[in-house]
Amino acid sequence: MHPSKVIQIAWKGLAKNKLRSLLTMLGVIIGVAAVIIMVSISAGTEKTIEEQITSLGSNLIFISQNFTRMGFGGGPGERGGETGGLVFDDAFAIADQVEGVTGVAVEQQSAETVEFGDVSLDSVEILGTTPDFPAVRDMTIAEGRYFTQQEDDRKQKVAVLGASLAEELFGDATAVGQTVNVGGVKLAVIGVLAERGMVGNVDFDMRLYTPISVVFQKFTPSMFARIMGDRVRMIYAKVDTDQVPMEDIILQIQLLLAKRHDVSLDAADFSITTQQDIISTQESTTAAFRDLLAWVAAVSLVVGGIGIMNIMLVSVTERTREIGLRQAVGATPNDIRWQFLTEALLLSLVGGLIGVLVGVGGAWLFGELGGMRTVVVPTSIVLAFASAAAVGIFFGFYPANKAAQLDPIEALRHE
Amino acid sequence: MADQTIIHTESLTKIYGMGEIQVKALDGVDLEIRENEFVAVMGPSGSGKSTLMNILGCLDRPTEGRYILAGEDISGLSKSQLARIRNQRIGFVFQSYNLLPNTTALENVMLPMIYNRNNGHQSAVEQKEKALAMLELVNLSDRIHHHPKELSGGQMQRVAIARALINDPVLILADEPTGNLDSKAGQEIMGLMRDLHSRGSTIVMVTHENDIAAHAQRVIHFRDGHIESDQLNGHKTPHPNLAQEANDASQ
Ligand SMILES: Nc1ncnc2c1ncn2[C@@H]1O[C@H](COP(=O)(O)OP(=O)(O)O)[C@@H](O)[C@H]1O
Ligand SMILES: [Mg+2]
Repeated sequence: MHPSKVIQIAWKGLAKNKLRSLLTMLGVIIGVAAVIIMVSISAGTEKTIEEQITSLGSNLIFISQNFTRMGFGGGPGERGGETGGLVFDDAFAIADQVEGVTGVAVEQQSAETVEFGDVSLDSVEILGTTPDFPAVRDMTIAEGRYFTQQEDDRKQKVAVLGASLAEELFGDATAVGQTVNVGGVKLAVIGVLAERGMVGNVDFDMRLYTPISVVFQKFTPSMFARIMGDRVRMIYAKVDTDQVPMEDIILQIQLLLAKRHDVSLDAADFSITTQQDIISTQESTTAAFRDLLAWVAAVSLVVGGIGIMNIMLVSVTERTREIGLRQAVGATPNDIRWQFLTEALLLSLVGGLIGVLVGVGGAWLFGELGGMRTVVVPTSIVLAFASAAAVGIFFGFYPANKAAQLDPIEALRHE
Repeated sequence: MADQTIIHTESLTKIYGMGEIQVKALDGVDLEIRENEFVAVMGPSGSGKSTLMNILGCLDRPTEGRYILAGEDISGLSKSQLARIRNQRIGFVFQSYNLLPNTTALENVMLPMIYNRNNGHQSAVEQKEKALAMLELVNLSDRIHHHPKELSGGQMQRVAIARALINDPVLILADEPTGNLDSKAGQEIMGLMRDLHSRGSTIVMVTHENDIAAHAQRVIHFRDGHIESDQLNGHKTPHPNLAQEANDASQ
């Protein structure tokens, strides 16, 4: 029998039961759409992470408090020792004494209302940093300058604005030289940073940067920080691995801090993470996420396939007389097998096609309305479509074979 | 060619139920039917008429015995080969018409064509023209786009006959073709059968009714799976074939 004839007959068979055919396809539609949407979400996440990592600044080491190891005996103002955790001076010690470290930055955050003239912005992120910050985090100054070590030491009330923040406060007017009111404290604007964009969920451009000493003094960020005194949560160290290998730098920092905090290395109250560690962790997280999504999608495709098999079996039973008649007028077992296999294949392919449309549309919708970043991956479309076809053949084969093996006389006698 | 043997069977036997209870539906049937014969098969219900027709129609296989159709031994053929024989050599007419629902008369008539591997030389247009000619032959030119549910019983049976003829079979088998029809429609169908016969068709038809059987040339009576009598119609004399065999046996 000519293939076009087979397709025509199968199509007619399906068209006779439009609603049922649609419901049968639903499983495949959902499966294929799920594959495409989920892959697009995971690709979007990967892309975000990729961008985040490159924007973290290259060759960065993160030294953070190890809270589980830290003693809470010491009160505010008490320095180092007795495993009191990371303090401000640790950062300077690292910058001075560790070979290969080209800069350190310390951060402390708060959120305040920022006012200039009529403009008032709530909950603006105030980031207390050290003068090395732009170098360590790869930020560029667009106007004016960043604050100096001297200004930090003297707790000078100065501010450097993120690009968007400057825009919102001053519009097209010059920001440098103005004074802004930050939570009741007047800060002189000395610089504006170049646009940087979102890094993860942090908008670098909507931040106000000020000396960390000012944050400690004026914007004590939380109960936690009040207890902590001049302790810091995180020290960023920029390193140059051309001269000194990464392992050496890390070891130097470990030894230095252990000595300063008077702890042994196995009982360290700090932990050191390299950028590579973060990349690896995030990559393995996304990989696990992707695997999970792939399984979910695979399961839904299989469920779709079982749906097709189920309906095809019902259809074979219902159409037993038709099968008997076709056999009586000359259809071979192969003709019958192909007819039903083609029906199953058509169901899965049309389902797959609708699934692709729903998937691409869904991915777009997730991106637009769900606030999720999605990137539709073309190979996922091909793969999902091919899997749908494979599912159709695989799950269509058993019913088709059952139909092909019917005895013509018994089939004709079937009520 | 007029003398060609279409059906030749040797001790055809069909046993149903291979377990404890066995039914011998056919019990050693020897039958010889020549080209352009019109044969009626009669007999009480359960005497094996349908069983015989199914085997002659290659829808079923005998438990024992041989069946040669127009010179081709059917006995050892595979399912696909039997399907090919049904498609190209046999036109089967059922009591219950067996038309595809939701399918026009024309499409029903064309159904055997799509399974015919030997009509590759015919274009789609030629095939359609042939189907239209068949519908004209059965007087249904005005019903070609009607669905079965829009047709009377007699009309449905005529569509079925057109379908049986579409691949130019060497043998037309009809198992109680008028069984579901009133006598007027039944006589119409018989008129059509006679027509086909006069055009050269070989027809074997099962019937209960004497006035239907009266249209045939030759009547075979069945009882308990074997041939009880085989006579030319209108004569109470044995069929020449049988007489011949009786002669052979007595010699
Ligand atoms: N599929 C079957 N299984 C078992 N017995 C059958 C089957 N088909 C027919 N028979 C039996 O074979 C005998 C002949 O049946 P059938 O050929 O249909 O008779 P008829 O057509 O002359 O009425 C009957 O006794 C019937 O019960
Ligand atoms: Mg019968």
